[in-house]
Amino acid sequence: MTQASMTTSAAQAMIAMERVEKWYGAFQALHDINLSVRAGEKIVLCGPSGSGKSTLIRCINHLEAYQKGEIRVGGTVLGHESKTIDAVRREVGMVFQQFNLFPHLTILENCTLAPIRSLGLSKAEAQGRARKLLERVKIAEQAEKYPAQLSGGQQQRVAIARALCMQPKVMLFDEPTSALDPEMVKEVLDTMITLAEEGMTMICVTHEMGFARQVADRVIFMASGAIVEEAPPAEFFTNPRHERTRKFLGEILGRH
Amino acid sequence: MNYTLDFTPVIEGLPNLLLACLGTFLLALCGMVLAIVIGIGGVILRDSRFKPLRWLVIGFVEVIRNTPFLVQIFFIYFALPLAGIRLDPTPTAILALGINGGAYAIEIIRGGVQSISKGQMEAGLALGLHKAQVFRFIVLKPALRAIFPSLTSQFVLLTLSTSIASAISAYELTSVSQRIESDSFRSFEVYFTVTLFYLVISWLMMRIFALFSARYFNYPVK
Ligand SMILES: Nc1ncnc2c1ncn2[C@@H]1O[C@H](COP(=O)(O)OP(=O)(O)OP(=O)(O)O)[C@@H](O)[C@H]1O
Ligand SMILES: [Mg+2]
Repeated sequence: MTQASMTTSAAQAMIAMERVEKWYGAFQALHDINLSVRAGEKIVLCGPSGSGKSTLIRCINHLEAYQKGEIRVGGTVLGHESKTIDAVRREVGMVFQQFNLFPHLTILENCTLAPIRSLGLSKAEAQGRARKLLERVKIAEQAEKYPAQLSGGQQQRVAIARALCMQPKVMLFDEPTSALDPEMVKEVLDTMITLAEEGMTMICVTHEMGFARQVADRVIFMASGAIVEEAPPAEFFTNPRHERTRKFLGEILGRH
Repeated sequence: MNYTLDFTPVIEGLPNLLLACLGTFLLALCGMVLAIVIGIGGVILRDSRFKPLRWLVIGFVEVIRNTPFLVQIFFIYFALPLAGIRLDPTPTAILALGINGGAYAIEIIRGGVQSISKGQMEAGLALGLHKAQVFRFIVLKPALRAIFPSLTSQFVLLTLSTSIASAISAYELTSVSQRIESDSFRSFEVYFTVTLFYLVISWLMMRIFALFSARYFNYPVK
């Protein structure tokens, strides 16, 4: 890619990371990360444990601060002051491996808390929005229950609905199915597939390679805090260029 | 043993004693409310970005936890007038109980806050809530639930330490019973009865805490 075309594509990008570096104390967790994600694009991020996948997506909504480079979300340059952090977090939803539902709030309250407190919606508006989204993740009839009364798969679908209640432009997923019993993985992946088909911009850290094949526009492989390789799934799985990618794929696909 | 029990002075003083029980109860209740406010406020300041505030809270907790409650009461009772503030014994006692209980509550509640997984706060932040909102709407209730048994025993202790406020003649059970005892010399009868009353008051406090807990922490956990 030429320098000129890279600049244009970055300017239109929903998410742009340029020369991003991140340290935890003396340990450098991200090296020179350059990533541009178009609106509607679906990215699957994979790599061995400790390679920096979580760190990368957590920098995008500033759950982790980065020290060098630049991150832009929508039109906003993500700085370190609360004004831009707030602006970015309103546009970016996140789903965690451990669901992180709020145990003391009902499912409905989990979904309405932030729209009421952060967006300033009325309770009625927020509830209307939440019920619609709970419907979409097929969990509407559980709205009055508490998180502990739901299965892992149901909880994760609520977590997706809760993030969607903020009407984000981007969704980040950090191993959303890794903490689930095998029989619940599919219901969560199906929800994510539907979301992808509706045009959501998504970055998913996952080792579900079937999901990657089905929905990803690009698969990105990370190792030791750097992006090693990125390619459309067909190419990524059949013709990986780097030795580390081949080794990783061998391990992860060999498991099944 | 040729000591004859005579509960007549106790029975005659019963209306006073019962009223004093109410005094003790209210003293404890007001002290607890203040202690909770100080406890939660202290936890917030304890983790503030502004370092002097953090040190202030740490210093406050250290001073209170390492000095006798009786001395604290005297200090407040005799030091405040020097600063131009004149408080009656009972408000002074409430202030002292609140400050003392608050220092312990800070440490207890802080433990609760630290027991909440980081993921809870991150989920709140990722949803666009501010730090203060995350604390208020996400962390506080589960944190209080986690430490509620410790808070209950701390507050039963607070209830019992109202008796120390008799030293400045606050209106409570011990000072009223002392008066009846010194008028009648029926020490055993008076303190036997007072002991029973304190037991009932403690038991009542625990019931109130249990009821509150059952109502307020009404969500299931795994
Ligand atoms: N808070 C932290 N403090 C210090 N080091 C950290 C911290 N968080 C992560 N790291 C380190 O940064 C590196 C990248 O971690 P990260 O969690 O991003 O990896 P990951 O690719 O998501 O791994 P996994 O697949 O296990 O989730 C690891 O070496 C990790 O030990
Ligand atoms: Mg991770």
